[in-house]
Amino acid sequence: MKGIPRVATAAGLAGAVLFIVGSYIGLFVAPAEKHMGDVQRMLYVHVPAAWNSLVCFCAAFVFAVASLWTGRSRWDNYTIGAVETGVMLNSLLLGLGMLWAKPTWGIWWTWGDVRLIFSFVMLLLFAGVLALRSFSDDPTRRATWTAIATIVAWVDVPLVYFCVRWWRSLHQIQSTPETVASSMALPMRINAFAVLFLSVWFIAARAAVERRRRTAIDVAEPPLLAMQEGT
Amino acid sequence: MRILEEILAVLAKDLLLEWRGRARMLAVFLFGIVALTLFSFAAGADSTVLRTTAAGFLVLALLLSSTLALTESFRVENQDRAMEGLLLLPVSPVALFYGKAIGNTLFLALLGPVLAVASVVFYAVDLSPGALAKFVLLWTLAAAGLAAPGTLYAAMTSQVRSQDVLLPLVHYPLVIPVLLASVKAIDLILSGDPMGQLGSWTTLLAAFAAIYWCLCGVLFPYAIEE
Repeated sequence: MKGIPRVATAAGLAGAVLFIVGSYIGLFVAPAEKHMGDVQRMLYVHVPAAWNSLVCFCAAFVFAVASLWTGRSRWDNYTIGAVETGVMLNSLLLGLGMLWAKPTWGIWWTWGDVRLIFSFVMLLLFAGVLALRSFSDDPTRRATWTAIATIVAWVDVPLVYFCVRWWRSLHQIQSTPETVASSMALPMRINAFAVLFLSVWFIAARAAVERRRRTAIDVAEPPLLAMQEGT
Repeated sequence: MRILEEILAVLAKDLLLEWRGRARMLAVFLFGIVALTLFSFAAGADSTVLRTTAAGFLVLALLLSSTLALTESFRVENQDRAMEGLLLLPVSPVALFYGKAIGNTLFLALLGPVLAVASVVFYAVDLSPGALAKFVLLWTLAAAGLAAPGTLYAAMTSQVRSQDVLLPLVHYPLVIPVLLASVKAIDLILSGDPMGQLGSWTTLLAAFAAIYWCLCGVLFPYAIEE
């Protein structure tokens, strides 16, 4: 697609290849987990999606600060790209998490787990950013509102990360390479980088779409104004 | 100290407006009581269940009432383009935010004693004078935690026609940590605190209120600039 930096396109291609390799290893090479069985293989996508949704929302926060600070539309394009990619990954992690929870925990959802609650709140918050954005037609106001709502919504991100340390519930605290068998850590790591590279491409592609949309509006508005003035 | 004078001037203006439009204030109070009444139907007639659920329903009544109060606080500013007049005054937008946010906090805090009396009657809650003092303190903290982001978002959403839909959509998810902490803390006051957890929940509530008050104060000038 035109308008996407070559680095982002290369990252997207690398991400796609890595995702195929990581998923192959996760599905066919890594051993089945002793207690959970094959259903555990879902975590090779669930966990990378969780990590990268946090990365996307942190990137959105940085872009939003830059957008407010400079007032340049470029940063708004990247903000909306990062927010939408984060929302997509957050939905994926919650969906896969529920599919995994049913056979493992015996339930689709529980309000007794703080990480589930705060992850869902994070999804609602950033979906709210998208809703707020859609209610304004003025590009400057839309960019300002998106940036403000993104910065405020980001307050939930550290909560999602640290809640498992502050409140002990069903989710365990963060795993380390020492707590995961190397045969299982490998597909997890490969897929983590795969989703990261794919996210870079998604953000760049969405920013390019937003830039084109903005250009199309800028091109379309002068004749419309001229017509209105002429009537 | 000029900023303090400006904050007090904005606050005085808002309090005067509230006092002159007392019917609006009464409507919000009445709405809180109506909400508590309706929630009691969901809990049923069992007084034990009512007492157990009282904290959650009280905070929900506060949240729902806050939407009305916040919407109204900026509706009056948009009538006759009063907001534009405010922005033309030599008053810092930061002072404008803190003046309005303090006004909204006081307004919601006043709802506390009203709903406390209603909960004693409807929910068979036992509130001793000592517990009442703690309740008022926590209620004010919860009101502050709701008012700061609510004021910021009410200022933004008041500029579009769908404010009634948009404000709860963006405000409610944001204040979930405040709601969780305040429900837990108020429940500990009403049902007893044998494990001594009240301090940690109050600290969490105060921390969120402080974060929102700082962050929203910084962002508010951007939200209202034309």
